[in-house]
Amino acid sequence: MAFEGLSERMQAVMSKLRGKGKVSEADVKEATREIRLALLEADVNFKVVKTFVNRVKERAVGQEVLKSLTPGQQVVKVVNEELTALMGTEQAKLVQANRPPTKIMMVGLQGAGKTTTSGKLVKYLQKQNRKSLLVAGDVYRPAAIKQLQVLGESLDTPVFSLGDQESPVKIAEQGLAEAKQEHVDYVIFDTAGRLHIDEKMMEELKQIREKVQPDEILLVVDAMTGQDAVNVAEHFNRELGLTGIVLTKLDGDTRGGAALSVKSVTDCPIKFVGMGEKSDALEPFHPERMASRILGM
Amino acid sequence: TGRTKIDEDLYEELEDILIGADVGVNTTLELVERLRDEVKERKIKDPSELQPLLSEIIGDMLTNEDESHHIQLNEDGLTVILFVGVNGVGKTTSIGKLAHRYKSEGKKVVMAAGDTFRAGAIEQLQVWGERVGVDVIRQSSGSDPAAVIYDGIQAAKSRQADILLCDTAGRLQNKVNLMEELKKVNRVIQREVPDGPHEILLALDATAGQNALVQAKQFGEAVNVSGIVLTKLDGTAKGGIVIAISHELNIPVKLVGLGEKADDLQTFDTDQFLHALFKDAVIEDDKMQVD
Ligand SMILES: Nc1nc2c(ncn2[C@@H]2O[C@H](COP(=O)(O)OP(=O)(O)OP(=O)(O)O)[C@@H](O)[C@H]2O)c(=O)[nH]1
Ligand SMILES: Nc1nc2c(ncn2[C@@H]2O[C@H](COP(=O)(O)OP(=O)(O)OP(=O)(O)O)[C@@H](O)[C@H]2O)c(=O)[nH]1
Ligand SMILES: [K+]
Ligand SMILES: [Mg+2]
Ligand SMILES: [Mg+2]
Repeated sequence: MAFEGLSERMQAVMSKLRGKGKVSEADVKEATREIRLALLEADVNFKVVKTFVNRVKERAVGQEVLKSLTPGQQVVKVVNEELTALMGTEQAKLVQANRPPTKIMMVGLQGAGKTTTSGKLVKYLQKQNRKSLLVAGDVYRPAAIKQLQVLGESLDTPVFSLGDQESPVKIAEQGLAEAKQEHVDYVIFDTAGRLHIDEKMMEELKQIREKVQPDEILLVVDAMTGQDAVNVAEHFNRELGLTGIVLTKLDGDTRGGAALSVKSVTDCPIKFVGMGEKSDALEPFHPERMASRILGM
Repeated sequence: TGRTKIDEDLYEELEDILIGADVGVNTTLELVERLRDEVKERKIKDPSELQPLLSEIIGDMLTNEDESHHIQLNEDGLTVILFVGVNGVGKTTSIGKLAHRYKSEGKKVVMAAGDTFRAGAIEQLQVWGERVGVDVIRQSSGSDPAAVIYDGIQAAKSRQADILLCDTAGRLQNKVNLMEELKKVNRVIQREVPDGPHEILLALDATAGQNALVQAKQFGEAVNVSGIVLTKLDGTAKGGIVIAISHELNIPVKLVGLGEKADDLQTFDTDQFLHALFKDAVIEDDKMQVD
């Protein structure tokens, strides 16, 4: 079963109840309270938690559950099903365009890990014998272009740049032309970090999207993000229509509840997780592992 | 809100505001319990008095008796300030901003490029140096950070600088080797500068959740953090975790980051922080759909 750890915790609660012969509504309430706290402590957004808990409660106090022969187990089953639904089960792959180059656009808040992840994607694709071009679209952050160039060099991968005096839209456009000319398989557009509420900067991303028509728009999210993750993801998704999420810095000791929040408000699959600063520290996302991590199992 | 009485719904609403601001479950429960006690004790009946009272309680938690919210400067000699924190939180940017502040006050400032690891980190500080007109002491990428900081100290001394700002690479607090490296940097400063470092500032991202408390704990154990720089408060995140950090670890917030430009740095102001905490905290109905 996907959430065995949680099951154990639930079983402990339920076995207490079993002694009573039947499970009451109050007992279910007590159990869901425990789940609620576990999720909140892991930084899952409180509204997401509320909806989740209400759903579990609603289903668990339903006649077929509490009147069943094994009410405890039935409640556990409900929780598992709801969690699985929330987290998603399938492993979502990186899109590949029918006609190369496949265009990947990286977006997100400042410092989330876009530039580093761009380099990691190059490495990941290299392992599948795919060639990439990196496009240096951050003209704002000091030495952002240099950062990408250093990464490109270490990966033996070209970096397209027009310096920091041209508009990111123009850079993206010309970067795409270069990618086509060089017949690379993937072109990865690094963009500057920006706040989701910065209208001017969000408009810039929309213009880039218009020009290059990306196959993937990946939102890069710091796994340590707290309650605000839903705002950020919602905004970026509404403005751009995301195709996937990359969760970074999971090599830390955060529970990473933001993953659940982001997934549930965008309904976008989490495609990769960042597990370190080096270029090979990128892994496909595993929903079950993430779920047990969030619940502290 | 047009409430007429203090009821459980109101308490729950306040709880949601706090949890939604990353205050954390434990601190939230403690705060609301204190609030209930005060309401009873002061015989408060008017619901509109609740939030100001809660602000007062949080304000108390944020204020440390013995620790000031101001940066401690060495009045007769070199002040050394070390910046630490996890990846991408805003250490280098905050250094650039602080250099700008002190430079504008007529002080002589030097910066040391102690992040020799991350691609482009040295160049990033270099750009800040040019931007605000401050010298940057650097070595090549990949060299020993402690050696760079040592160089920085010698340069600051010989140039008779007032302030040395030391950058370090971002590191997650659970990386033992990297935390050891940080201790080594700190020891070099302690050895070379009497009473140094005068401040060890931990940069925390306001968007961070409960892990920020762990960061403060672990960095504090490694190098005796003296203050927090709360960055990225110009977004929609509230940074409520600093309440727990102040309360449990007694580490005061000293500076806040409000943008990416040189003057987007402010001294921490409790009232402003509390105002922002409750500002747009209208709890709407749960319209959010979870699939
Ligand atoms: N430990 C760890 N560090 C990471 C990971 N991904 C990125 N980082 C680090 O996080 C910091 C920020 O990464 P960047 O790639 O510069 O982030 P960005 O989103 O491009 O930042 P801006 O361009 O300033 O918005 C750097 O120190 C990276 O080395 C990860 O998975 N694990
Ligand atoms: N909006 C906003 N962005 C900020 C603020 N402070 C820093 N940033 C941005 O956050 C990103 C990361 O900042 P850095 O100063 O490079 O962070 P760092 O902690 O030095 O990162 P590493 O050295 O990679 O660990 C950059 O894009 C900065 O411009 C702030 O107060 N507000
Ligand atoms: K961050
Ligand atoms: Mg970047
Ligand atoms: Mg830095």
